[in-house]
Amino acid sequence: MGELSLNDVTQNYYDVLKEIGNIGAGNAMTALSQMLGCKIDMGVPQVELLNFSEVGAAIGGEEQIMVGVFLGVEGDVTGSMLFLVEQKSAKSLINKVMMGMGDPGEEFTEMELSAMQEVGNIITGAYLNSLSTLTNLKIFPSPPALTVDMAGAILSVPAIEFGIYGDQILMIQSKFFDEVQIDGYFILVPDMESYQKILTSLGLPV
Amino acid sequence: MSEIIKVGMADLKTCIPPNGITTLGLGSCVGVALRDKNNKVGGLAHVMLPDSSVISNNTNIAKFADTGIVELVRQMEALGANKRNLVAKIAGGATMFAVSSRAASMNVGERNVEAVKKKLKELGIPILAEDTGLNFGRTVIFYPETGDYVIKAVGKPEKTI
Repeated sequence: MGELSLNDVTQNYYDVLKEIGNIGAGNAMTALSQMLGCKIDMGVPQVELLNFSEVGAAIGGEEQIMVGVFLGVEGDVTGSMLFLVEQKSAKSLINKVMMGMGDPGEEFTEMELSAMQEVGNIITGAYLNSLSTLTNLKIFPSPPALTVDMAGAILSVPAIEFGIYGDQILMIQSKFFDEVQIDGYFILVPDMESYQKILTSLGLPV
Repeated sequence: MSEIIKVGMADLKTCIPPNGITTLGLGSCVGVALRDKNNKVGGLAHVMLPDSSVISNNTNIAKFADTGIVELVRQMEALGANKRNLVAKIAGGATMFAVSSRAASMNVGERNVEAVKKKLKELGIPILAEDTGLNFGRTVIFYPETGDYVIKAVGKPEKTI
């Protein structure tokens, strides 16, 4: 079994990784919609090999202010998982979780941030659980960490991990939305060795 | 007409007044702004990792503190800058999240800042000002005309160092 490098990621692999994104985000969405008691749709997952310079633009610009919940992933699969929601959407999501008791201002209260962190924890947990079941690999998420910051700064965290291997980042990205109010992303960024493990566990020759 | 030149992640560019130069959303990366204080040739490097020598795939020299700064100085010299007149301002190197997926990336912000300082010292380039560390992202704009380094962060007043 050779070393998988970013250069030989083929269409076939993309399709498999997209399916992983689909299943993972599907489960996460089910968890979220149960929590909120409303229907949530998701877009077709995107699996892209992005140059570092394109990373920010991929989710609406480097300076777009996002609420980001970050989890490190340990076990057979290592890497990181991000749950990113645009600021206004996050407000609306939290307000729903808190049964309309959210703060009306633009800023986030301690309580709101804590609620958001827990939402992130539960739904990324659902995402990673389904991935673990599918691949039969052990996946342990770290406790979540939350920040409200620019998309570029948040995404630099997984990008730096990829910087060790090359000048591109491979992300499995799923977008979700309800009618108009909530808009956000799941981004799974396994490191290179983990891509190899995931693909192998699904029976693909690497 | 002056314009603002954009530097991407793991990238570097030079800049001549009246133009400014910017990089958006610095997280753990460090924005190294250099300027020749006599002829005002400027440059900005968006450094992502501390050390090129420990990484096998290091073709992009702009990505690392050690090789990136050397390359920026070289490109600025090609525009007429003199290494002895160079001064630096640095920003970034935050720790975005309290947890990290692996020990290797822990404190990468801090290590980036250290590596940048070490390289600048080696080259004899003094650091006039810095805004580094902590836990938030920064957008920076550097004006080589005045040497002003403007730093913007979410929920914080804009500041110039």
